[in-house]
Amino acid sequence: MIGSRLNWFSACAAIVLLSVSGAAQSVIDAFEFDSLEQEARYQSLVAIFRCPKCLNTNLAGSDGAIAGDLRREIHRMVQEGKNDAYITEFMQTRYGDFVLYNPPFKVGTWMLWLGPLMVLLLGFAFLRRFLSAENTVMSDAERSELEKLLAQDEHTRTGR
Amino acid sequence: MDRLRLFLPLGGFLLLVVVLWLGFSLSDPHVLPSALLDRPFPEFELPSLKDEDKTLTVSDLKGRILLVNVWATWCPTCKAEHAELLRLKQRFGLDIVGIVYKDEPEDAKRWLRDYGDPYAFNIVDRDGRLGIDLGVYGAPESFLLNAEGEILYKRVGDVNKRIWRDEIRPRLEQLAFFKPGKQT
Repeated sequence: MIGSRLNWFSACAAIVLLSVSGAAQSVIDAFEFDSLEQEARYQSLVAIFRCPKCLNTNLAGSDGAIAGDLRREIHRMVQEGKNDAYITEFMQTRYGDFVLYNPPFKVGTWMLWLGPLMVLLLGFAFLRRFLSAENTVMSDAERSELEKLLAQDEHTRTGR
Repeated sequence: MDRLRLFLPLGGFLLLVVVLWLGFSLSDPHVLPSALLDRPFPEFELPSLKDEDKTLTVSDLKGRILLVNVWATWCPTCKAEHAELLRLKQRFGLDIVGIVYKDEPEDAKRWLRDYGDPYAFNIVDRDGRLGIDLGVYGAPESFLLNAEGEILYKRVGDVNKRIWRDEIRPRLEQLAFFKPGKQT
């Protein structure tokens, strides 16, 4: 009995762990590069831009048409010797901030950046209040009331 | 007072539900806001569909209010939108320019012969480079241009009666497009 339960648990654990393994997928393009360094730059660039048509895939991992077109453009720009700032600006002026995984910190996005931090701090404040002395330590009045109730309970149980 | 405190987590949770509900329903996450609003239409040099020897540029898009429609024969929604484009052209006299997006010119010509042609002319964007400069990521998409060639509005998706009524027509009215004498 214990053996089969352990097997079942291992199977579930294995399935969960495998499904969150986070292996990076990438589509194979037949691009040529002038140097290994260029290829490395290209690979990192197509990994940091979000595919505009997908909700949560980068250009490297999407096999959609627009992702392929944008990979081709990035390859062209890398070969032309354009730097990362130029390529990022290219993508941003056409597709907006959405295309960056890290949206720029500006008025429109401060909530996005600070929101989680604010919620965390609020949570800590609540926790502090909730776990404060007056909430967790019994007052004398409460203690005597507790003892009275326990005595009553003992009385009804044992008849003494 | 303690009673009230008991309900704080529930209150917080309900507040969160309302906020998230509103947030998720207010906008379709698949529709990106255009980065090109109020900016000039990008430069390009591409052939015309009817005459491949003729080169079209951004200056061909200036001088009048235009709807620039990105379409393709492989795009089923474009077929659905087609009737509405014909209606806008015929009923309201709206000038429509097409961008044949990542498509074969011969297929596009045949398509227009078969289904009707609402376009003043068509720009052939074979490899989609103009599309990328416009932030296009699918078809159909449409841009409303003023006479100076600036992009006033972008529609990701088909132009239908609702979009005409709620988005395009009000903007045309602001531009004094509907002069007296024109049928409304």
